[in-house]
Amino acid sequence: MAFREYKVGARLFGVALGGSMLITLYLPTVDMTSVAVTETGLTKQLSYGHVSGFSYEDPFLRGDGKPKTVTLNKDPSTHADMETVQAYVYEPGIKFPSGIIHPRTLGPGATELSLEKGKIEDANMDDGAVFVISRGTSKGETVFYIENATATRGWKYDQVLSAGGDANTHYVGSGKIMFVREGCWWCHTLLPEQTQDWQYFGVPPRLGDYNGESPTAFGSDRKAPDLLHVGSRNSSKEWMMMHFFNPRLVQPHSIMPRYDYLWGDKDADGKSIDFDGWRAAYNDYAAGDTLTPPDVPSYASNSEIRYLMDFILSLK
Amino acid sequence: MLKYLFKRNEDIPPGTAAVFFGFSSIMWFVIGTGLGSFNAAKLAFPDFVTGTELFSFGHMRQVHVLAVIFGWISMAFAMAMMYITPALGNTKLWSEKLGVWNCLLWNIGLSLGLTLLWFGMSSGREYSDFPWVIDLYIAAFMALPLAFNVWMTIITRRTQGIYTTNWFFGASVFMVAIVFIVGNSPEWFSLTGLSEAYMTWWFAHNVLGLWITPVAAAIAYYTVPKVTGNPLYSHRIGHLHFWSVVVFYSTPAAHHLMSAPLPEWLKSFASVEGVLILVPAIAFVSNLLLTMTGKWHMFVENVEIKFTITGVMLAIPLNMQGGFQQTRAINWYVHGTGWIVAHAHLALLGFSTFLEGAAVYYGLQTLLRRKLYSLSLANFHFWFLLIGFAIYWISMTIAGLIQGAGKIYEVPYIDVVIAEHPYMIARWIGGTMVFTGNLVWLYNMYMTAKAGTEIPEGRLPHELAYER
Repeated sequence: MAFREYKVGARLFGVALGGSMLITLYLPTVDMTSVAVTETGLTKQLSYGHVSGFSYEDPFLRGDGKPKTVTLNKDPSTHADMETVQAYVYEPGIKFPSGIIHPRTLGPGATELSLEKGKIEDANMDDGAVFVISRGTSKGETVFYIENATATRGWKYDQVLSAGGDANTHYVGSGKIMFVREGCWWCHTLLPEQTQDWQYFGVPPRLGDYNGESPTAFGSDRKAPDLLHVGSRNSSKEWMMMHFFNPRLVQPHSIMPRYDYLWGDKDADGKSIDFDGWRAAYNDYAAGDTLTPPDVPSYASNSEIRYLMDFILSLK
Repeated sequence: MLKYLFKRNEDIPPGTAAVFFGFSSIMWFVIGTGLGSFNAAKLAFPDFVTGTELFSFGHMRQVHVLAVIFGWISMAFAMAMMYITPALGNTKLWSEKLGVWNCLLWNIGLSLGLTLLWFGMSSGREYSDFPWVIDLYIAAFMALPLAFNVWMTIITRRTQGIYTTNWFFGASVFMVAIVFIVGNSPEWFSLTGLSEAYMTWWFAHNVLGLWITPVAAAIAYYTVPKVTGNPLYSHRIGHLHFWSVVVFYSTPAAHHLMSAPLPEWLKSFASVEGVLILVPAIAFVSNLLLTMTGKWHMFVENVEIKFTITGVMLAIPLNMQGGFQQTRAINWYVHGTGWIVAHAHLALLGFSTFLEGAAVYYGLQTLLRRKLYSLSLANFHFWFLLIGFAIYWISMTIAGLIQGAGKIYEVPYIDVVIAEHPYMIARWIGGTMVFTGNLVWLYNMYMTAKAGTEIPEGRLPHELAYER
């Protein structure tokens, strides 16, 4: 072998690169997996589903194969009044999030409680399942865990969907797919910085806020406000609608692109949306020829813009 | 080129693969910078080409980034490896046929991957945005065949030692394969959460540190001694450069996530290692500039040296920024702002592009045995790249400082957007100049292949006078 005179060098190279990977990959992973998931982390993974990027379930990133988030204030099987609960509905065939497929990723305490009290191992993807987040204690500390409500409370996925109705059903998981596909994260970060963003963009995330989420879509190149807590700052659907259709309607200096194409072809009443007519009317308004801009069309209940708005408004 | 795909290896003229890679890289550079200019126009004028999903900023941005990284930079690297590795081993490329297939599959895979990305089929992980199917393709048909060809050429060399450039080439193709496969493993194995986010930046950092930076530097280790005729100033400093890249450049990945909730020890460790990046940087810059002793007139007269030394000198601000902007003292101010965008372009469009440009200029002339068609057009290319880049870098640095001030004084974000507007226009003008320069370059190299003066046997391209 002609490499023989480089024996020492080749071995040192292996030691150097191996040592570097030990320190920068293995040790941090040991550290990060030793922290239990927070309530935020559970909310995210249960509402987003398995993967929010390219996957078998949704190769074209259309928002397919994702769970639905339903707000309930009546028990869906007994119809008795109860405190408001967010139920995460996985219809048959929808892939479970990482924390249910691999409970170990939930972290110490949360894993044990989810398995023992939450009965997440009884959930079956082929039959569908409903999950809720519960609070328990492990070794004297408060821990949040996943409860398989289909096993513990007898809630079937179809009961929950019909009890909630369309108005209380949120397509948060499909909306995160839109967020990734449309590249919102190229300008809007999801990571308030630990140093100076507290006042303006809210509390920076904690270590356990991400267990089971994929991808985190932090973004790195902020050209627009951070959105991690946008739903707490602004929860007006009307504002969001105008802003997505043409950001210049609500903020004349905005450089955000128009996302009117997410409305699709038809509006809420099933009528075709006249984009050319709308733009012509808007141009007249922008030129100062008319006093008011044209109305933004109402969106259909299964439109991509609904998904995206459900996701944005879920960012509390 | 395609006619050689099914020829016997011995019947393919040496250098075929390198020429194929060379022209492909220029084409991708034109495409990549064209997309960059288009995207910049959208940031300056948001209603420029509006309301179409495929032409919205969010669908185009990552196509620009990956077209220049995988198309321009990496294919220019492959081109350089295909002709420099055998030249330094006094031998032929181990398999010209593998090289030609490698280039064809590279172009096909990259076109496919970028098209999917353009349609929004993304993994949602910056720099490793390609869906995992494309990642597998890249590993199997782009990275590993190149690595194999380079290693086998080094093993079958006819010189006793291995020259500095080839240490870097041999080690970098190995490291980039490891980095690519490990860095993309979260998609194959569904790793999630902060571990995945950290792995994303581990990949992004190391693809720069263990692939783009060392390979670009290795090219300069070849072009400067080759064209000036001076021997490398110091083999030992070359050693220092090589080992400090492996040890210091492979460790600071966490400094990209200084404001994320990663373990604090990891951030501190990464930050210290990040400053130590100055060790390989200073070794590299001083070694190359000292090699120029007595030949500084070539910095003005010779196109390849002009490009190479400009790239080497741009490594000085690059590493001064890079070493210090990631420390906690500075990072909190500039993180996530246009400053970082400027820095990334200083690395890829400044430092490394100028070094690769020299390799492509020099390699195509040597392999085609044709003198460069036009010196004037090459100078036009050089100045449009340099001035365009400088406008971009300065305007984005200022925009970044405005953003940084906006963030610490808690200015409403829209006021930052308004203040940045002139710099967004300047960035678009700079980017468009770079794109224009590259169009001219493509024409110049095409004409070189068609109508350049033939270089007689036994002579090198820079020994001949320019005719235009």
